[in-house]
Amino acid sequence: MTAIPSQTFVAEETSIASWVFTLDHKRVGVLYLFTLLALLALGGAFAMAIRLEHLGPGETLMSPMTYNRLFTLHGVTMVWLFLIPSIPSAFGNFLLPIMVGAKDVAFPRLNLASYWVFAAGSVVVLVSMFAGGIDTGWTFYVPYAASSPTAVPLALIGIFVVGVSTIMTGINFIVTVHSLRAPGLGWMKLPLFVWAIYATSVIQVLATPVLGMVLVLVGLDHALAFGLFDPAHGGDPLLYQHLFWFYSHPAVYIMVLPAMGVVSEVIPTFARKNPYSYGAIVYSSLGIAFVGFLTWGHHMFVAGLSRFDAGAFGLLSMLVAVFSAIKVFNWVFTLKRGAIALGTPLLHVFAFLVLFFFGGMTGVAVAATSLDVHWHDTAFVVAHFHFVMVGGTLTAFLAALHYWFPKMTGRLYPERPGAIAAVLVFAGFLLTFVPQFLLGNAGMPRRYATYDPAFQGLQRISTVGSWVLGAGMLLIAAYLAWSLFRGARAGDNPWRSRSFEWRTPSPPPKENFVRPPRFDVGAYDYTRPLEGEDE
Amino acid sequence: MIELFRRLVRLPPGASSFADGVDRLHAALLASTLVVGLFLLVVTVRFVVRHRRKSDAPLTERVASSRRAEAALALFVTVAFVAFWIVGFAQYGAMTAPPADAETIYVEAKQWMWKFSYADGRSTNDVLTVPAGRPIKLVLTSRDVVHSFYVPAFRAKQDVLPGRFTVTWFNATTPGTYPIWCAEYCGVSHAAMFGSVVVVPTADYDTWRRSGPGEDAIARGREVATRRGCVACHSLDGGPAAGPTLRGLYGAARPLADGRIVVADDAYLARAIVEPNADVVAGFQPTMPTYHGILEPAEVGALVELMRGLR
Ligand code: HEM
Ligand SMILES: [Cu+2]
Repeated sequence: MTAIPSQTFVAEETSIASWVFTLDHKRVGVLYLFTLLALLALGGAFAMAIRLEHLGPGETLMSPMTYNRLFTLHGVTMVWLFLIPSIPSAFGNFLLPIMVGAKDVAFPRLNLASYWVFAAGSVVVLVSMFAGGIDTGWTFYVPYAASSPTAVPLALIGIFVVGVSTIMTGINFIVTVHSLRAPGLGWMKLPLFVWAIYATSVIQVLATPVLGMVLVLVGLDHALAFGLFDPAHGGDPLLYQHLFWFYSHPAVYIMVLPAMGVVSEVIPTFARKNPYSYGAIVYSSLGIAFVGFLTWGHHMFVAGLSRFDAGAFGLLSMLVAVFSAIKVFNWVFTLKRGAIALGTPLLHVFAFLVLFFFGGMTGVAVAATSLDVHWHDTAFVVAHFHFVMVGGTLTAFLAALHYWFPKMTGRLYPERPGAIAAVLVFAGFLLTFVPQFLLGNAGMPRRYATYDPAFQGLQRISTVGSWVLGAGMLLIAAYLAWSLFRGARAGDNPWRSRSFEWRTPSPPPKENFVRPPRFDVGAYDYTRPLEGEDE
Repeated sequence: MIELFRRLVRLPPGASSFADGVDRLHAALLASTLVVGLFLLVVTVRFVVRHRRKSDAPLTERVASSRRAEAALALFVTVAFVAFWIVGFAQYGAMTAPPADAETIYVEAKQWMWKFSYADGRSTNDVLTVPAGRPIKLVLTSRDVVHSFYVPAFRAKQDVLPGRFTVTWFNATTPGTYPIWCAEYCGVSHAAMFGSVVVVPTADYDTWRRSGPGEDAIARGREVATRRGCVACHSLDGGPAAGPTLRGLYGAARPLADGRIVVADDAYLARAIVEPNADVVAGFQPTMPTYHGILEPAEVGALVELMRGLR
């Protein structure tokens, strides 16, 4: 085993100021990672409390008002503060410049600013929710959100600020990929993770301003009775829903495209195999990013859309599913004639494949319009989006966390607890959310503080599932924390991956490379040995 | 078969004319999902078993998909998904197009109750009585925030918005009592905003209706039109006035000032009364005052019934 190189980005300077004011994209990525993990833990704690309340049909632990605030805390924290920034801000920041052979992102100062803007926005959002007790859900539907007796405007300001940070990161990544690719690194040689982050950044930059605008307008409605969305002042609540989903639908692809990028890295590495079709994966990412802008109305099938609009949005939503299906088949067939090692990252990716497949197919089911009439705003939709957001984004986030742990720390985590935790998370997830499909079928609406006693059996299974899921997450936290200090030395490239980020020391030095990176062997070329490797 | 499927996936009994079709599509989607899922699972497990890594750092040969295979796959899933959409959207079309002979009931939602008004002026809270086997059209509005009228047993749901009138319909097939839930978050007692639909045989329904106030809906509409001052600007006999005549309006195609042409259905007429300047009819000035918050929903209902009578 090689020793950890002495000049790593961590060891190079150790003062607190060297972190607070760092211009190194890797340190910014690490700051994001720790912040996001804390927010994930917080959102997870809220989720456990929600599930605990539903152990019984009536008031079990808390009043309906407390419950309503709790699901808002959970949704807002998870969606706005964890899922949207998660993979791009933490892993994208750390890896994207290395993958394109650059010393840093295009605008390091903007990058640092984006972190602090994000941190400030998150604090504002959390304070407003705790101090004011917001009960509108993460969707802030008006006119309720404009009249709810809670600290809505402050939370909106916080989310607006977080959105600004998202735009900063997006611009930075786009410019980096366009202008800082190392000589000889053409677009179609880029690692698929770079493509995924690139497609995501485009959505972030184009869609987030609309969100900002809507939030300002709702804030004005709330504070000054502006009345744009409030019929009592001549406004229109449906206009709000259109504007909100115009951002928030593409936002779900902001969450899942980076996850797809992770999957497209982990499978080739652990199967030692080229992607079945590089082109299909790239073009379907771009296709999803584009069509994702044209499907927002599928959240409004029963809101009073015209029949024509409902039909068009249903059909366009099916297109997104076509692109997703192409990806799933390509990932599975990448395994063909590979040399597969069942490492922990690959286990999480298998969980991703199963959950994303069912999440996607239930997406097709709700996009079939007539079925959505029954399922809209029930536990079925809750299960659908948890399958794609937790099953998709979170499992890929966990895969990334394990896959790049040696890259970031120079140490390995233990495989056996890793595998056990992956199974716990997967089984716990299924136990938690399969019952919710059935509850939705039975007609259980979402955001209900109390429920019909007939639903108690399924609700209980779901709650027990959340404990299994929680135990898996705690186990991961425990052994990764241990590995951070005690893990075995990893060497530069423990997975013997061909992907470009592994061709530099782990952890990388300050400006990423000791010698200029070479790209003569492709990122997924396992047909010949890598220079200096004893094959 | 369909009953067994319902029991397996915990669907409530199907008590409307839509339920069977929707549940069949549900079953078809679930079955194809499971078949394809099983196929992918078998393929994945086979690959993993066959191609487990044996030596530490082997090289592998390049395997690439053919254009042909990718195109065939894309075509197959597109055809399958579009087929689901065609069936689903055809059903959705039927679910959103009330038949002409449907009886209209007006629904007003507010935090946290439902109010149902019949054309004859009778109103009930939280209990909606309807006949089995006859189409019922609901015209819905809200007094405060967005609610959603949801009857799982009918597979029917429609958001209820303030300042707008939305329409849905159903044909209940089986007598019985079914829950109504509010499906759009509407505040602290959202989970307690429930009601019930009581479906009764037609004969019982007709008896029940005759036991009500028994007012002639059109007469009530005339009374409201006079008391609320509508007739100052609208004639009831087709004669000219400051505003369009109310005779022959119901169901007619209306050219609007902005060039659109809309059909004057219940929802259009209800909204035109409450929010007159949302859509201005070609050739008229937007001078009608708003009646938002002034007219009771039952009064709006009576006015629409009047116009339906003046065809
Ligand atoms: C295969 C592609 C997909 C299709 C066809 C699809 C379709 C739909 C449809 C029609 C709805 C509306 C259901 C309703 O509100 O009644 C919906 C809801 C939702 N979907 Fe998807 N979906 C897909 C994938 C995804 C992915 C990848 C994500 C996120 C990573 C996602 C996240 C969501 C969320 C968050 C909601 C509900 C939001 C809410 O009401 O709170 N979906 N989806
Ligand atoms: Cu969507």
